[in-house]
Amino acid sequence: MKKKMWGSSTILNVMYVPALLFFAVFIFYPFIEGIRISFTNWDGYSQQFSYVGFEKYINMLTDKNTWTTMSNTVIYGFGSTLLQNVLGLAYALFLDQQLRAKGLVRTIVYLPVIISSLIMGYIWYFFFQFDGGAINDIMALFGAQPVDWLANGPRAVGIITFVNTFQFMGVAMTIYVAGLQSIPKDYYEAASIDGANWWSQFKNITLPLLMPAITINVVLNIIGGLKLFDVIVAMTNGGPGYASSSLSTMMYNLYFARQDAGYAAALGNFMFLFIAIVSITSLILLKRKEVKI
Amino acid sequence: MRTLKYSILTLIGIVHLIPFYILLGMALKPTEDTSSKWIFPTNMTMDNFVNAWNQAHLSQALINNVIITGSSVVLIVLIGALASYPLSRFQTKWNQFIYLLCISCMIVPALTILVPLYSMIVDMGGINTYWAAILTQVTFQLPLTIFLFTGFISSVPRELDEAGSIDGCNKFMIFFRIILPLLKPITATVIILTGLNVWNDYQFSIFLLQKVSVQTIPVALSQFISQFQNQISWVAAGCVIGMLPVTILYLFLQKYFIRGLADGAVKG
Repeated sequence: MKKKMWGSSTILNVMYVPALLFFAVFIFYPFIEGIRISFTNWDGYSQQFSYVGFEKYINMLTDKNTWTTMSNTVIYGFGSTLLQNVLGLAYALFLDQQLRAKGLVRTIVYLPVIISSLIMGYIWYFFFQFDGGAINDIMALFGAQPVDWLANGPRAVGIITFVNTFQFMGVAMTIYVAGLQSIPKDYYEAASIDGANWWSQFKNITLPLLMPAITINVVLNIIGGLKLFDVIVAMTNGGPGYASSSLSTMMYNLYFARQDAGYAAALGNFMFLFIAIVSITSLILLKRKEVKI
Repeated sequence: MRTLKYSILTLIGIVHLIPFYILLGMALKPTEDTSSKWIFPTNMTMDNFVNAWNQAHLSQALINNVIITGSSVVLIVLIGALASYPLSRFQTKWNQFIYLLCISCMIVPALTILVPLYSMIVDMGGINTYWAAILTQVTFQLPLTIFLFTGFISSVPRELDEAGSIDGCNKFMIFFRIILPLLKPITATVIILTGLNVWNDYQFSIFLLQKVSVQTIPVALSQFISQFQNQISWVAAGCVIGMLPVTILYLFLQKYFIRGLADGAVKG
């Protein structure tokens, strides 16, 4: 009976044809085109170009900027993932208690999530700007000289990582709150009867049972951090030079400012591979650690 | 202990509000007032807002945002819900492959195909048009949408489909009459998540929508800022205007915003 009913359902597959068409035109076709363009010296607008083989890839690998950008991207990805998860979990544990007005605080912490990252970047730029920046005002109170915070590459990378964390830690917090509420309370009762202290309860009950939430958060944050774009554009535009640039902003710059479409496409393909490998590996590693309740 | 906990709670709240306090203070401060950003203006003015509104063409940008986000979300929900039904109910090898293909588009950022995508849209004559922006946005929101819808549909008992077919519904009618009405809660989540993504999008809008007549709020703001770098209080006012629509919506519907996100993530 069942078999007969679900057997002839092939006709229903027409329902996903529109979605597939969108993917085919706006993702799959450009993706293949991107591979072709990366083997040319196309400038992005003229009709003339020639095939140059692996030249653009060799350029990419020997370009000092690629490696600065690459290490920045890794910091944006893993740095903000670490910060967001540690802070998000700490906030979730704190807000999981019986406290009045904790809903209000949760609303406030989550607010930046819904605001455009570009605007968030501008707001924090007002803190770190050299002339009349909010941080330098505080420095002046203590008689310290003003600092041009964003003029130093590594420091700018740190600041941008912080801004990204500030904006999106509300997501990690919310997912951890939901995860904490799904853990049965009698586990903790049983543990405290056995005399387990807070730390060993946290280590042996909370953390293992939060693994699904940790997986989601870590993977979401890695993907979000590795493709960081808006905040960087708003705060430093990748500068000074390429010192705070990510793969996204570097590619953007190569294409629109330097008009080296071949190089930009090669970098895009490299970024595709890199992010796919990193996020799939972390997904597999984390899934292995999950336990069933 | 109790006092300590409430002190920490208050501290967290204040720390996370400081950026918005600074922004609002800057936006309300007259341009000639050069006091520290930490001091809230005593003689508040709306001049900065008026200037930002006019100079950044924010009224046009707001209209463009509404048109692009509105049309995108309608298409996203429609196409996404349609695609998710066969993908979740009839898991043949082929359909599983298609599903995997859709979902893998979620992991890899859209920006990696920037060069070929942009040049293709140039060839299609789509630069500075609503349709190219809308179709691009729809494409890159579909993976998440399909992920959420298929997850939800697989939690709907199959007995409902069977009851429908005994009552003489064909397979399409089962979807439209029985499944579709049940999708309301997850549709709310999809609208909020994808709507926000499209509304705030900068990475595509910045190169697809360059003309004032079509540009969205983030694009308008970024051009405004490169033009008026010295008028920092105008910029601040522009940022306030830019974040106002979603903030108001969030304050009224925060239950849906936060729950939608948690649901969407935990289902994964």
